[in-house]
Parts: sequence; C-alpha cells; structure tokens
Amino acid sequence: MVNIDEGAHAPPPAEVEDLPPPHATGWWSRWVFSQDAKYIAIQYAGTALAIGFVALVLSWLIRMQLGFPGVFDFISAEAYYQFITMHGMIMVVYLLTAVFLGGFGNYLIPLMVGARDMVFPFVNMLSFWVYLLAVLVLAASFFVPGGPTGAGWTLYPPQAILSGTPGGTSWGILLMLVSLILFIIGFTMGGLNYAVTVLQARTRGMTLMRMPLTVWGIFTATVMALLAFPALFVACVMMLFDRLLGTSFFMPTLVEMGEQLSYGGGSPIVFQHLFWFFGHPEVYIVALPAFGIVSDLIAVHARKAIFGYRMMVWAIVIIGALSFIVWAHHMYVSGMHPWFGFFFATTTLIIAVPTAIKVYNWVLTLWRGDIHLSLPMLFALGFVVTFVNGGLTGLFLGNVVVDVPLSDTMFVVAHFHMVMGVAPILVIYGAIYHWFPLASGRMLNETMGRIHFWVTFLGAYLIFFPMHYVGLTGVPRRYPDISASFVPDSVMTLNAFISAMALIVGAAQVLFLFNLFWSALRGERAQPNPWRAASLEWQTPDMPPHHGNWGAALPVVHRWAYDYGVPGAGADYLAQTDPSRRHGEDIA
Amino acid sequence: MTVVLGFIAAMIAAGLWWLSRQGIFEKPWLETGESPRAPGPAAAPSGVGLGTFLVVVGGLFALMGSALVMRMGPGDWMALRLPGLAWGALAPLALASAALEIAARAERRGEARLRGAALGLGALATAAFLAAQLSVWRDLAATGPLAERLGASFFLLIGGLHALHLAGGLVALARAALRPAGARLCALYWHALGALWLVMLALLGGAAAGIAAFCRAVLT
Repeated sequence: MVNIDEGAHAPPPAEVEDLPPPHATGWWSRWVFSQDAKYIAIQYAGTALAIGFVALVLSWLIRMQLGFPGVFDFISAEAYYQFITMHGMIMVVYLLTAVFLGGFGNYLIPLMVGARDMVFPFVNMLSFWVYLLAVLVLAASFFVPGGPTGAGWTLYPPQAILSGTPGGTSWGILLMLVSLILFIIGFTMGGLNYAVTVLQARTRGMTLMRMPLTVWGIFTATVMALLAFPALFVACVMMLFDRLLGTSFFMPTLVEMGEQLSYGGGSPIVFQHLFWFFGHPEVYIVALPAFGIVSDLIAVHARKAIFGYRMMVWAIVIIGALSFIVWAHHMYVSGMHPWFGFFFATTTLIIAVPTAIKVYNWVLTLWRGDIHLSLPMLFALGFVVTFVNGGLTGLFLGNVVVDVPLSDTMFVVAHFHMVMGVAPILVIYGAIYHWFPLASGRMLNETMGRIHFWVTFLGAYLIFFPMHYVGLTGVPRRYPDISASFVPDSVMTLNAFISAMALIVGAAQVLFLFNLFWSALRGERAQPNPWRAASLEWQTPDMPPHHGNWGAALPVVHRWAYDYGVPGAGADYLAQTDPSRRHGEDIA
Repeated sequence: MTVVLGFIAAMIAAGLWWLSRQGIFEKPWLETGESPRAPGPAAAPSGVGLGTFLVVVGGLFALMGSALVMRMGPGDWMALRLPGLAWGALAPLALASAALEIAARAERRGEARLRGAALGLGALATAAFLAAQLSVWRDLAATGPLAERLGASFFLLIGGLHALHLAGGLVALARAALRPAGARLCALYWHALGALWLVMLALLGGAAAGIAAFCRAVLT
C-alpha cells in the first residue's frame, strides 16, 4: 500500500488554470446556442434519439415486408432498399456514434475528470450544430424527388450511383454523402474537445489511472474515430467526385441499359477498403464506450471494485490499436489473395483475446458481489450476455472458410445486430437509467423501466436467435421477398414470427420514450448520489450540476473510482474526493 | 492501404510510448492521496488541440495517398505531367510559412508591428498560392474528360482538400491578427500543411508509382 500524502508537501498545481466557463445568461444561450457540455450532451442525445426513432419505424416497415411479403402494397422493392439503407446508416452513425460520443462523452467527460467544461466550448457548440445539419440533410432525402438512396448502408459503388439503384442518379445519394461529410466535420470538432479535455483538463489528483473506465472507453473511441472517420470522409468525397465531376475513382468501365457510360478504369474495391477501414473501427468506436460504461455500472451496482482495472485499461487500448488491422475481414468475398484472408482472420481472432479478458473481468467483478438488480444492472447484465452471444458468431464469421458460405445471408444480419445493435443499445439504456437522476434530478419510473427491459431483452433474443437459423438455411440479406424461392414454408413462418416480435420490441421503445418525458416532469425526486457511486460526477455540490459543475473550487481527487467495500470505512464506498486513507487508518 | 497503415502505426507507436510514461503500470487500488504523480509541465489546450487536429489531417491525406497508390493499377494509370505552375506555387507557400514563423518569433519578443506585418505577408502569400492552385485546376479540368485522367482527378481531389484546409487556416490567421496571441499556432499549422503538400506533390508527380511497384513486388 502506498500513502502518497504522508508527510508534509505542497500540493501539486492543477494541470490547467481554473477559469470560469463562458457564462450562460439567457434561455437562448443556455438551451439553444449553449456552450455548456451538459446541455450540448442533451441536445446531441435528443437529436440522436429523434432520428433513431425514424430508424426504428423503418425497421418495422422492413420487418413487415419480410414477414408478410405482398401484403403491404406501399412497400415496393425500391422502397425496401431505401428503408434498409437509411435504417442501417442512421443506427450505426447518427444514433450509436452520436449518443455514445456526443451524448455521454459531452455529459460525462468534464464531470468525471473534474473539469468545469470542455476545453473548447465554442467549437463544442459548433460540433452539435453541424451534427444537427447533417441529420437534417439526411432526413431531407426522404422528401426529395426519387427519395433517399437505396444503395445499402455500405454504399458500395458502382451501383450506388447508377440509375438502377433508388436515389442513385437523383438527390438521394448526394444528400447521403453530403450528410456523412457534415457528420464527420461535426464529429471532428467534438472529438478534439473530448480528447483534449481528457488530456489537459483533469483536476488535481485525477491521473490517467484514476479515471473511470467510462472515460477510458470514450477517450480511446474518440482517438480511434479521429483516425478512422477520415477514411469515410475520403470515400464520400471521392464518390461525390465520381457522381458530379465524372471522375473514375471507383467507377469501372460499364454499360448501363445498353449505353456505354463515360466512366472507365475505376476500382470499386478501393471504396471497400476505405469504407471498411472506417467501418470496422466503427464497431469498436461504439463498443469501447459501451465497455467502459458497463464496467462502471457493474462495479457500482455490485458494490465491488472492478476486477483487473489495469487489465481493463490495457485491453481497451489494445482493442483500439488492433481494430485498425482487421478491416478486410468484411471483404473475404471480394476476391482477395488467400494470404490476406489468412492474415485478417488471424488478426480478427487475436482481437478476441483482449475482448474476452474484459468479459471475464466483468464476470469476476460480479462474483461474490453485492449484486443489486437495479435497472442499470439489468441492462448491464443483458449487455454482457448479448455481447458474448454476438461475439461468438463473430468468431464463426471471422474465419474465411465459414464466412464465405455465410456471406450476405441473414446469419450476418443476426450477428451484427446482436453484437453491434442490441448489445450497445442495452448499454445506452442502462446508462440512461443510471445517469438520468444526475442530469434531471429525478428517477426514471421503475415499473415502466422493468417492462421496458424484459420486453427489449427477451424480445431481442426472439428476433435475432431465429434469424441465425434463417440465415443458415441460405436466406440472403437485402432481398425484399423470398417467398417464391427455394425457402421452405417453415422459414417463412419463422420470418412472420420474427416480424411480430420486432413490432412488440419496437413498441417497448415507445414506452421508454414516454417514461423519459414523464419522469423528467413528474418522476420521483432523486436523492443526491442515489446509487452511492464513488466516481467524481456524483460528487458535485448540486444535482443536477450547475453551470461550471463544481461551485467555487475544483475538486481534488484522492483515490480511484472503485473503492467499494473498503475494510474499516464507515460507508460501503469511498468517493474519489474522500481524503481518507485505506484500511481505516485515518477514517473518521 | 500501405501509406495509411504506416501512418497509423506511427501514431499508435507514439501513443503507446506516451502512455508508457503516464503511469499505466501503477496500481491505483493501492494508492491514495492527492496525486501519486506530479503533473507534467502544463501545455496550453490550444496547442494540444492543434496537434491532435494535425494528426487527423495527416490521416486524411495518408488515406488519399493510399487511395492513389491502390488505384494506380497497371490499367489506366498514366503519370500526371504536372504543369510548371504547380511547382511554382510552392514558392508562395514557402514564403507564407516563413512569414508566419517570423510572426511567431516577433510575438514572443513582443514586437507587435513586425508581427502584424508578417501575418499580413503570410496571408497574402497564402492567397497567391491558392490562386495559383486554382489556375492549375482550371488547366487540368480544361484538358479533357476527367474519367480518362486519373492523375488529374487525384490532383483536383488532394489539392482541393489541401486548399480548403489552408482557407480554414486563413480564418484562424485573421482571428490571430486581431488578438495578441496565436501566431505560433498559425505558423505550426502552415508548416505542417506545407510539408503535407510537398509529400502529396511528390506522390502525384511520380513517387506513388514507386510505392505501388514496391507493394506489388511484396505481394507477388
């Protein structure tokens, strides 16, 4: 044991000067053009949930078509392609990335590291407004002639900008590309804030190894996103050039409708490389904040220090680094050299090692913990189980020989929905139930929350477990109607069942939205630090925290964020600001 | 993706080296007290922010370099014969960089008049560079359909994004001119963008063919 503050010494200086953040003087500067990270976080999360609800409705329409083909006349094949494209892109980029980094990143980073705000508040505000513009441009594509693009969320050329694809030669693909470019510009502004705030604005005593794992996850994901999103940016700009200026970066020589197009020599494979150089790190850009958050939820609600904190930190960093050399496992069927397939299969399996370490550590944290099955804990447990399930099918698909026959089947759809859809969304919910009292001063309704959890958790399994079997029978993805093909009737029955479950699970999300609004207005008043958490964000003088977060003076951190069940302590936790020493030496 | 992988590997190595000096082997569950590590010398957040942004910009251009190398198949690739003005435009870019360096040093010494004049010269030289680039683009675009001229397409793409970054820098430069500080950050930004453009010009002017040949030799 090391007691650092033994003996007299002058306290080290804070790493940054304690300057008051720009003062919010009125309603407009507080709620609309706010430079306060907490309000920006709510703006981000609100916008992301709003556009996410559009994606949820699209998923209903997709499932209605798949479960009951031919019944709904208004869902044409073209409309179906548009639905799946917009659903996928909205969920991956505009919801998950925005909520984890723009929402939780903005709210939690300054509070968890003891800062008054982000280091560049004006740029932070611009980040949200550019994000909002990106969302509006994307949503506008529903209302332009030809509708949104139906190129699939991967936007593969050459089909993405050809006339046979919905929106390919009209406004749809243009708006999608412009929207993505705007999103990336907006994210870069925000990302610089998140990274530099963690690096430069930590309060006195908050060393890197005392940061909660939530901050580690968001910080690492931010660094990854700053390096990975430019790949999507470049791909989008190059495709815009092909579409508008007639260049041939991606467009090969081709004949469309009997007519020779002016393109020639372009390589669609180059686009795939660029897209997946962004696309695979994107999985971890979403997953790492989820890993961090779930670690904190489990520790707080099991009243136990996170098991293997150092290993958890190293695993986050190693996963972040490795995720840049696995991208081509999404391209096994693109005709790559077999040695490449071998290389990328190997790196894919290697990345499972630090990921598995994290899963073991979550389970070992729970082992003999004082587990409270509160709503955040339920969602955290749901995440661990779902992530393991989704991860296991990832091991299947990471191997070339298994992936090739399963490629582009519903098995793949089931896999990535489990690991990248359901799992992180369960964390988002758990995090909202956990930090809602801090942000609003009220508790979310428990009964509605439990209904929401069980319907979502069990319903997700009833949707995606059968979908694996549908995929194993060879049912391809992206086909609006397979009823007249080789598929047996039993698969169609299963499809109808999945669709019914999807509608029910979707309805549970409406209940969650209702709970959010109802509890914000009429929910039970929260006690200060209702979960008895040790981390810094719960130690603010006010709840919800006021502008500037910390009142007159910045907090001083004396310990890590996981001192639960400390022998000799009066309470079952010691807050990070608690100056007591361990083992009860000086505990009052 | 060789170029960008090299860039990312360098960034990850630098990041891991930095992390290794931040006490990531400490056992925080055993350590209590105000701060087990004395904080390092305080750096201004704006400097760290600029450094981080330049890493992002570096990644962006490394990706375009990768796309260029990948796209240079044995098929339709023809080395771009760069017009003389493309090389000539390097002079105002270098002048801008030098002027901003003078401005940064003048700022440190508190010589406000020299600082202001140097910032103005830097802005003018940058505008001259952008005008020269615009002229090169117009010449390249007027020569024929871009679909048949990959080199020209890449010059437009990479040069265009580089010019946009410089134009954004001009906004920051104008802001710095109105305040007593900021010239050092402007100078760093211009130096970095100047170096990036040199590398990109070398790639566009033929060095990419060597990299592509090297990659093909390794892979085959």
